Amino acid sequence: MSDFFLTAIMTLDASVRVCVPLIFAAMAGLFAERSGIVDIGLEGKLLMSAFVAASAASVFGSPWLGLIAGMFASVVLAMIHGFASITYKGNQIVSGVAINILASGLTMILTLAWFKRGGITPTLQGDERFLSITLPGVDIIDHIPILGVVYRELISGHNILVYLAFAIVPVVWWVVYRTRFGLRLRAVGENPKAVDTAGLSVEGLRYRALLIGGILCGIGGAYLSTAYNAQFTKEMTAGGGFIALAALIFGKWHPYKVLAACFLFAFLQALAIRLQGVIIPGIGEIPVQLIDAAPYILTIILLAGFIGKATPPKASAQPYIKEL
Amino acid sequence: MTRDRRLSWINGLLLPLFNVLTAFLATGIIFLFIGVDPVEATKILIYGALGYDEGLGYTLYYATNFVFTGLAVAVAFHAGLFNIGGEGQAYVGGLGTALVALYINPAMSAWIVIPLAISGGLLFGALWAIIPAYLQAYRGSHIVITTIMFNFLASSLMVYILVNILREVGEMSPESGDFIAASWLPFVHDVFASFGYKIAKSPLNLSILVALFFSAAVWFFLWHTRWGFAIRAAGKSNEAAIYSGIDPKKIIVVTMCISGALAGLVGINELMGVQHRLFLNFNYGYGFGGIAVALMGRNHPVGILIAAFLFGILYQGGAELDFELQNVSRDIVVVMQGLVILFCGGLEYLYKPILVRFLAPVKESE
Repeated sequence: MSDFFLTAIMTLDASVRVCVPLIFAAMAGLFAERSGIVDIGLEGKLLMSAFVAASAASVFGSPWLGLIAGMFASVVLAMIHGFASITYKGNQIVSGVAINILASGLTMILTLAWFKRGGITPTLQGDERFLSITLPGVDIIDHIPILGVVYRELISGHNILVYLAFAIVPVVWWVVYRTRFGLRLRAVGENPKAVDTAGLSVEGLRYRALLIGGILCGIGGAYLSTAYNAQFTKEMTAGGGFIALAALIFGKWHPYKVLAACFLFAFLQALAIRLQGVIIPGIGEIPVQLIDAAPYILTIILLAGFIGKATPPKASAQPYIKEL
Repeated sequence: MTRDRRLSWINGLLLPLFNVLTAFLATGIIFLFIGVDPVEATKILIYGALGYDEGLGYTLYYATNFVFTGLAVAVAFHAGLFNIGGEGQAYVGGLGTALVALYINPAMSAWIVIPLAISGGLLFGALWAIIPAYLQAYRGSHIVITTIMFNFLASSLMVYILVNILREVGEMSPESGDFIAASWLPFVHDVFASFGYKIAKSPLNLSILVALFFSAAVWFFLWHTRWGFAIRAAGKSNEAAIYSGIDPKKIIVVTMCISGALAGLVGINELMGVQHRLFLNFNYGYGFGGIAVALMGRNHPVGILIAAFLFGILYQGGAELDFELQNVSRDIVVVMQGLVILFCGGLEYLYKPILVRFLAPVKESE
């Protein structure tokens, strides 16, 4: 039992680590989509922030400066998205695609121009990255069976951004469901006209939603390159922004459900790595590609209405045009 | 000129022109930012793409792929659908082509094998688009999201198939064996040579004729057939379409099948034309490039041919830049793609207020 138990804990631990950027990106998407802006550009913002954060952390020798720089870069992209889709009422999906492709190209061009290396930044040494924190009390609980291992391996020993990711979900819930801003945010995504009639600025609310999204994506990207890894590598987000988008839909735009979806998808990824080449009695080898594809398959089945129904905010993808 | 006429000139010509120029200007600024002289870079790029036989061959070869994916995106746009799944449809379409070209009776004539292999690409591309189309039409799930998911599914599926099924015994790299010779599309330099003209070797092959054929076919289909009219009508106004007896759901499925089929043709250029085997990621970037091409070409086959040629120039010229300059790689083309999509797509109307104010002001009397 202890062998299986340890493997299970390790897999869960890996899931937690994989989950973090998904949470940040999905929460970013939640703000955008709740305000009526479809955010295909999560992937690009994560990637850009990962690159800028790793660069700044390496140049200034501080992960915190990296984090700030990453957030800034992600916010810039979010504002471009806003400028195109809110101010100029362009197609939100097209500008999201543009952001993804821009980020993909710019990160490659800039690694070469700044560091003379195509697609990677210098490796971060020691405290140039976010290091893991040992929570107090590990020694005391350690001798308790099961609980000790769970506390030591699963709960303690992550870096600060991991804890931030899990802490931010209730905050997002509180902001969206318990504050005036949250009420307006949800209203603007469902019925912008009503919000406009009430004398509030539809554009202002949407810009604010994108700003928050930019900041959150920025943290997610910085986590990838300065905490989870110790450098930026080419296309390191590997579709994480899209998995976050899938999780957002799978969690029906609700913070806790989205968190659960993120964790499920992260667990599947961690499992895929564990199961590589493992032969399960009676079933045989499960193709890794099938587990890799599972988040997308699950989301498609959900979207098809076969397991529950995912209804996006009513006004999503529609630019608001004020009648004169 | 009446004001309406002026407005249509602004929308049809000036806006796209300004948008493309802005995208180029922005690229120039990025060049300056990374310490590369934009004029120098442009010279290298244009010489590399057009300055000599071989370069031009490569340019047209890249352009061929962009014509296919550009047409794919454009057809969907006309029905008001945004097909982001060109990447996956091109990938799976390649599988269709490969299955024919690998397993058909090798004794058969090229006149039979080549059309069959092309049909394989069309069919598989269409099949990969039909599920998202069905889900959009009948289950109400958004086509953009499902086609994105299908891109990832395609990528997992193809890795699985190449590694576990099509890989030859004892081979390490995940790729299929060689296609039968009858399925190879002739290189243009070989065709020229058979007529006694000698031109430099390049990957340019007869797929380019297929691309031209389908450009003409798409034009004829969209503007001169009943179905084409129905597609454009449904794209303009769903309600109007319904009142005129058009079933928008059917239109969604048919349009997406056509769109996927067109994207599925990337494989004939890459696989039947050049590599003669199926391998990982042969489609890389062309599906998304098609979005830029369609936006730049205003969803019209003529515009798409021009835009695809331009992107061919950028791809080939970008490779030359990579080779000539220390500070820049061909990824600059990806940046340009992003900028073109941003300025020709997302910020399409950036200059409209200004152009309208100066060139077609509303007169007091009107």
